[in-house]
Amino acid sequence: MGVARQTYPAGKVEEYLKQIGRVVIIKGIELAVFRTSGDEFYALENRNPHPKGGPLAEGIVSGHYLYDPLYDWKIDLRTGEVQAPDKGQAAAYPVHVDGDSVVIEI
Amino acid sequence: MLGDGFKQSAKTGICGCTTLSRDEIVAEIRAKGLTTTKEVMNVLGWKQEEGCSKCRPAINYYLGMIYPDTHKDEKESRFVNERMSANIQKDGTFTVVPRMYGGVTTPEDLKKIADVSIKYDVKVVKVTGGQRLDLIGIKKEDVPKVWEELDMPSGYAYAKSLRTVKTCVGSQFCRFGTQDSMGMGALLERKYERLDFPAKFKMAVNGCPRNCAESCTKDIGIVGNDGGWEVFIGGNGGIKPRIADSFCKVKTDEELVEICSAVMQYYRETGNYLERTSDWVERMGLDSIKAVILDNEEERKALAQRIDFALTQVTDPWKKMLSDGRARTALFDAAEIR
Ligand code: HEM
Ligand code: SF4
Ligand code: FES
Repeated sequence: MGVARQTYPAGKVEEYLKQIGRVVIIKGIELAVFRTSGDEFYALENRNPHPKGGPLAEGIVSGHYLYDPLYDWKIDLRTGEVQAPDKGQAAAYPVHVDGDSVVIEI
Repeated sequence: MLGDGFKQSAKTGICGCTTLSRDEIVAEIRAKGLTTTKEVMNVLGWKQEEGCSKCRPAINYYLGMIYPDTHKDEKESRFVNERMSANIQKDGTFTVVPRMYGGVTTPEDLKKIADVSIKYDVKVVKVTGGQRLDLIGIKKEDVPKVWEELDMPSGYAYAKSLRTVKTCVGSQFCRFGTQDSMGMGALLERKYERLDFPAKFKMAVNGCPRNCAESCTKDIGIVGNDGGWEVFIGGNGGIKPRIADSFCKVKTDEELVEICSAVMQYYRETGNYLERTSDWVERMGLDSIKAVILDNEEERKALAQRIDFALTQVTDPWKKMLSDGRARTALFDAAEIR
């Protein structure tokens, strides 16, 4: 890495439904962005860490966890880490809310 | 937290979030008048506050079954396919399956399907085992446009709901046919479509005992005979095949519809979420289902009335999504940022 991260505005808070992922494409990188019931925002690369791949955005959100839509793996939205008994890692990107705007760092 | 006489021994609940069984959860929802998955999980002491991919869809189903007119369906507690009203494929594209009542279509509809498939570059047009067409490999952002341009009802190929009513040719054309299977199949599919069930629900209607539409592997299979219809329940052709049990014989179409209604509603009210009728019949016992529905006219009619009421509440999900701009954008459109 070593390259400084850049921030990108990714729309307004109200464009995101609670507990429902949204696909955001920044500089060709496809992200799955989630708004939790407590209004925290998290972004993962929209690529399933399962060997068969596929998306993440359509999973079921519970707290800061995601149940992936294809294989039901449980993934920590904060870190992208797949929870036991499964193993894997999705790339996680920092997100914060600035006023009513969602800002993602890549 | 839970009332009296409740055993907290090492019993296993419907998932890791709770020790409560399905029946206990449904009883608590009714007794305490709980109305949202959040409230259920909160009041009944869920270990993981917001539940998991097993219990949330189950609770959402039970709430809809108990309060057909007032429960607000929770999209965030639906599996991807039901939330999107389309089937996700392993590459993240989607499948669209329009209704084809009783497996019967028209040249006009076929033309429309062909035009839309060409326009949106559908990867495969497949004839399904349920007698309709599967448009496979549609890009996520194109899915609502495909619905809009097809302008056909959703086939619910993604749902725990009535899938198809498979029919044979029947008395309209077949020389063996004694009953109008195509007509009855379309009637039943129109009547019961869109309603949530514990699991997917498949039916078949045949014009005579030759059974060309394979009733024995359906949740409800119907076979015509000289004097009426014979009804079979609990069939399954899948990973754990089960031949359907003969349930009863009826003389008229009205009786047939009433039996179907009562069986379906009884299954909706007593089935575990994700439990197919093949397992439900084994668990409940065929004789006990017969006792409730066949030997008890009052209960049969009450069940039929309850499903009729629930059926007045359902609407086409594709039309609904097309008229809800915010949900459509949030679910289907990627935000592209440069
Ligand atoms: C657990 C077992 C099963 C799973 C998970 C399953 C899954 C699916 C899925 C995902 C589709 C939609 C495909 C698409 O277009 O994307 C589908 C369609 C279909 N499946 Fe299965 N299936 C199962 C068992 C069965 C069995 C046992 C049968 C037949 C006896 C069956 C018959 C069909 C038919 C006929 C269709 C097309 C349905 C329609 O037109 O709506 N499936 N199934
Ligand atoms: S089941 Fe009977 S009526 Fe139907 S197509 Fe076959 S032979 Fe004809
Ligand atoms: S994918 Fe249809 S039965 Fe397995």
